[in-house]
Order: sequence, then structure tokens, then C-alpha cells
Amino acid sequence: MRHSTRIAVGPVQFRIGSDWAAPIAALDRLYAGYPQDEARPADATVRLFAARPWRRWLRPSVHIGGDFVVPDALPLPLSMGLLAAEMGMNLQVALGWRRHMLLHASAVAKDGRALIMSGESGSGKSTLAALLGEGDWRLMGDEFTLIDPASGDALAFPRAVSLKNEAIAAVAARVDVARLGPLLAGTPKGDIRHLIPRADAIAAMHEPARPALLLFPRFGGEASIEPMGEGEAFVRLTEASTNYVALGEAGFAALTRLVRETPAFGISYPDGAAGIALVEQLWADAAR
Amino acid sequence: MPDPAYRAAPPGALRFEPLGEVTAIFDRRSVQTHLVVSPMPEILEAMGAGDCDAATLAARLAARFDLDGVADVGAILNERLGELAAMGLVERA
Amino acid sequence: MGGRGPVSSAQTFVDLLAGRRDAATLAPRDWDGVIGVARSETMLATLAHRLKDSALPPTVAALFADQRAAAAVARQQALWEAEMARRALAPLGIEFVLLKGAAYAAADMACAAGRQIGDLDILVSEPDIRRAENALLKAGWEWVKADPYDDFYYREHMHELPPLIHKARDRMIDVHHTILPRTHRITPDALALMSDAVKRPDGFAVLNPADMACHCAAHLLADGDLQGGLRNLWDFHLMTRDFAAADAGFWGKLDARAELHGLRAAVRRAARLARDLYGSVLPSGWDGQDGSDVWYRRRLLARDDWGRVTRLLLEQAFYIRSHWLRMPPAMLAKHLWTKWRKKP
Repeated sequence: MRHSTRIAVGPVQFRIGSDWAAPIAALDRLYAGYPQDEARPADATVRLFAARPWRRWLRPSVHIGGDFVVPDALPLPLSMGLLAAEMGMNLQVALGWRRHMLLHASAVAKDGRALIMSGESGSGKSTLAALLGEGDWRLMGDEFTLIDPASGDALAFPRAVSLKNEAIAAVAARVDVARLGPLLAGTPKGDIRHLIPRADAIAAMHEPARPALLLFPRFGGEASIEPMGEGEAFVRLTEASTNYVALGEAGFAALTRLVRETPAFGISYPDGAAGIALVEQLWADAAR
Repeated sequence: MPDPAYRAAPPGALRFEPLGEVTAIFDRRSVQTHLVVSPMPEILEAMGAGDCDAATLAARLAARFDLDGVADVGAILNERLGELAAMGLVERA
Repeated sequence: MGGRGPVSSAQTFVDLLAGRRDAATLAPRDWDGVIGVARSETMLATLAHRLKDSALPPTVAALFADQRAAAAVARQQALWEAEMARRALAPLGIEFVLLKGAAYAAADMACAAGRQIGDLDILVSEPDIRRAENALLKAGWEWVKADPYDDFYYREHMHELPPLIHKARDRMIDVHHTILPRTHRITPDALALMSDAVKRPDGFAVLNPADMACHCAAHLLADGDLQGGLRNLWDFHLMTRDFAAADAGFWGKLDARAELHGLRAAVRRAARLARDLYGSVLPSGWDGQDGSDVWYRRRLLARDDWGRVTRLLLEQAFYIRSHWLRMPPAMLAKHLWTKWRKKP
């Protein structure tokens, strides 16, 4: 393809090709601090392309392709090329990665132990992870957490954090503007702005962490904590995993082990500060 | 019509992992996970190697569990066996 | 073949499968294109099996190990679908024959190593088809779509029931009563396919070797638009190699069966293409040349380093051609028009 770049996030080496220069330039800026290995073959390929040659210039719209394709995925305008790249990368990992059990969950770590937060979009798992990652936690990822079936450890996937809507202002107030991507206003997912993880989180991205606490956050309502049984946590995590079935017995073993060894809670919280307070309280118990 | 007989999975085909109030069963033949509650694990355990119908099963379970006062054990077990067959965990003999 | 300039990724991929190229001679970044092509042909796990003992860059070796493990799970799932079909049909005495990927896996053939298996394809004799349909519906399968046109189209013109999907397992089954659409100008002898099938010790029936190769060639050349052609051709290459090794008279039997089914041209062409791409060793009399093979080879290798289909016009031509083969022209016009009008 005309323009391309290579990005390594956690264990995944991406190759991203584009019919336009802009999305690649934007990616290169966001991922400039990530380790580069130009000779490493790609595990996953993302293509950003124009459906017809003239659509590169005329009302340019970005189609998302690659190793795996969602047939009815709608194209995005070129101004949202960075979002298209992010969606393409997510898609390839979600559908193609087989080495680890993939959880649609954010994670942060402290002292080699991981807090994993799983929830639908809108649950605030991404924002909580971003806020914790600006404190004394290591951000492991805002979207995917990988579980190594052999060891049971959590592995990081610290892509650029995708901040949405109100979370943008909440996080932007606390970080150097150089760590923020361009504001993508009015996307199908609302306003989006990417946050480059802290350098220490990127440097530590290959360090595994032992799962110590599983949270299922829900944004809104009074602050509350609900202990969750192993069975329910198991069901929720199968639903949060894109490759649980494909991993066969290895996935089954990894997931039963995870829910047995890791205390799980559902939490509700009215705002970020309350959410952080609940997390720290539960962590203090779990880490004891 | 006599109750249908069923056959259990061969030894080693199923892996049971109790998770609190539920039991996760991994079927190595189908690569499927089934989450079940009592009395499904007990039924599967009591099936044994040969063909087995609801009456046989009721007798075996009665030896281990207190089934007095449970009305129509046979009908209930028949229904459960049908569900286990639909999941592929047991097979019509 | 050959030609000047750098070797394309598609050609390198084919050369690796054929064993003409040593994996150790690839530069690290050559793998991008090879893996891209393999993924687009849904053959990455096949390549992973083929290169199991080759010297590979560590990350490629790790990716390939993942692919082999995932393929083993997928194969087990596919065989389970066959088992569930057996549990639904056997009590009613309905005989069926496994086709394509599930058959290769059940028979543990070389081409099954890493092979992607999609829907479960089974062959049922035509008089049994209604009973089979009812039995499957009772056992938890249901219609995929209720579009009356598609339903009518399938039942009237195709060689299978409209696809059924299992409501709990979310897996599709295609119940065929022959191996090419009724409207196709070639009409294989479905009765012979069924009655000469081979029953395996595990209870599953598969086509006999010559019929299996005929079906593979029909699937590759007479049925489709060469989508997935490299994989079907790889199946053909490996199965004919192993059948011929087990039975010195195999090629003669294949010729006779192909003649019976009206598939002689397709089988001959598949054999020549397998020779050209994968290095199949053909008996004398089969080893000729055909000028038009070059178009098929080009179409089969029309992938770029990013796994995209190149030569779009060539692809279009094969799409129209495949419909032409399946349907008489007037019906083709109606079909394409109906499909066209349905688009939003």
C-alpha cells in the first residue's frame, strides 16, 4: 500500500497500510515511544483503503480491512482515520489472536499484581484505568487484557488509550498535552481523543502481572460493592472474551483458574473520584 | 412407551470444575463448555458405563441422595436426560 | 510461471507449500506478504503445518504454533458437528456421506492438517432429503434466512437445502443431494456417489477416493469462481498423491469416475494446475498442456503483499463464468437482477 507503518503493542506486531498519508502520520506520532523492530514480521495486518481509487480524494472515506474483515462495517471520513486505524487494530486482535485468552477488559498493575476491569463500553473501565495509570499504577491496557493460559498471568496490551466524551476533559486536565492525540469530534462513538500511556507503562509492557482483583464496573448510581461468585464471573468473562471458544480446553483451564484464584466484585459509582476510591478500597483488601 | 435409555460420555471426555454454586463442564469431544447446576453433575456421575434409563438412574440416585418427598422423580430425570442429550453430554442409546 | 522481477508473495507462498523454496531463505520481512496471502486464502494453519520443522524467525514460529493449536480446536468442533448430525439422522436410518473439510478430517487425510473447515457439508440421497430436513429441524437446527426468493432459488436450482444453523451451537449445515447444482450443465451421478461411498470404522461415510477427487475438482473448477482455489487445489494435490501411493490403479479409476460424472475436463485441469503450482506428479497421458490454464494460474495467484485480490477484472470474469456454469443464461439474468434489486 502507499503508506504504511509498524507498531508493536504488547505481544502483537502490527502492520498498518493506508491509501492516505494522514492516518499513518497520526499513528506514528502516537506510537513514537513504543519499541520498534523493523525486521520483525507482522502478526496482524490492518488496511485502511478507499473503496474506489477516486475516493482517495473525492469525499475520501476510509474502509477498514485486514486479515479479518467485518462485512458490514461502515467507512469513516478521512478526518477520523486515526479511529479507523484503532478499530482495525482492535478487530485484528479480537478475531485473530490465539496465543492468550483475550479479555475485553482494562487493567492496571501494582507490585507485579494486576487489577482487571471488565465491562461494556460506557462502564468507565477505560477511564478508570487511565486515571489510575496517571497515579501510582502501571497502565496495562484500556481495551484488552491478555491471560497467558500456561501461567495464568495477565499480560499488557497498552495501546494508546481511547478517551471518550467527558473522560477527555477529566484526563486532559492531568497530563502534558504532548501525550494527547488530536480531538476527533463527532465520531460514531462520540468525541474521541487518544492518550499516549506513560513511558514507564510502555517500557514495562512485556512484564506479566499476577491477577489479584477482578472488577465489573458500572458507571452511574450510588457507590456500591457487590461480591460476585465464581460462576457469574466465569460467565461474564466468557462473554467478554473474543477467543475463549477458539482456545479450547486451554481457555477453559485458564478461565476457571482465573475466577477461582481472583476475588471478583461488581461495583457501581457515580463519578470518577468515587470509582477510584472504591477501587483503592477493594485493592487494599485484595492485596493484603 | 418405555422411557428412552441413554449412554454417558466415554471416560475422560468430560472435565468437571465446580465454581461455587455452578459446575463448569468441558466436553473434550465438542470443545464446548456447559454450565450446569444440581442435579446435572450428579446425574452424569451416576450414569455409569452402560445404557441407563430414568428408572435405573432414580434407583442409583436414591441410594446416595434423599429423594423421598420428590414427586415423580422419573419424569424429572427423563426431562433432565433429554436436556443433557440436547447438549450432547449424553447420547440416546 | 517464473517471469522476471521479484517473486510475488503468492508465488512464494505456493513455493513454500510445494517444497520448492526453503523457508530459511526468506528475509524476515518476506513473511509479511506470505502470511498475508496465507491468511486471505484461509491457509495460514496449513502453512504452519507444512513448515512445522522448518527454520523460522521466532515470532513466525510462535504465530504458526498458535495457528496449529487453533486449527486442532476447530477440527474437533467440525467433527462434533458431524457427530451431532449422525445423532440426529442415524436413529431414522438416514444414511449420509461427509463432504469436503469434515470428510478429510474424519478420514484423517494429509490435507486436513490445519485445513479450515467451514460449514458441515453432507450428502443425502434425494429421496431422504425431506426426512433429513425434518430430523435436523427437530434436533435444533433452524433456517438461516426466511427470504422467500432465496429459499425458492435453493430448492429449485441448487444442489442443497437452504442452509440450516444450529440454534445452540451456531454452526451451519449444508445438506446436499448431489455435488453440483441441478441447473449446471454437468450432472454428476449422485446415486453412484452415495452407493459407492466408503464407510469408516468410526461410522462416518466418506466418498470413495476417485469420487472425492472428482468432487474436489468440481468444487474447484465447475462449481465456484475459484474463490479459495489455492486451498481446494492443495486438497486435490495431497489427496491424489496419497490415493495413488496407496493404489497403483488410482489414476485410471479417477479417469473412469470423472467420465461417469461428466467431470473429466475439470479433473484433468485440476491435475494440471496442481502439477503447475504444487508439483503433483501425474501419470503419462495426464501430463499435457492446455493454453487456457495460464488464466487459471493467474487467477489463483492474484494476491498482493497485503493479501488483496489483484486483477479485479479477472476475478469478475470468473464470477460471471461461475454463474454461467451453474445456470442457463436466461435464469442467470433473472438471478443477477433479483440479487441486484435486493440491494438497498
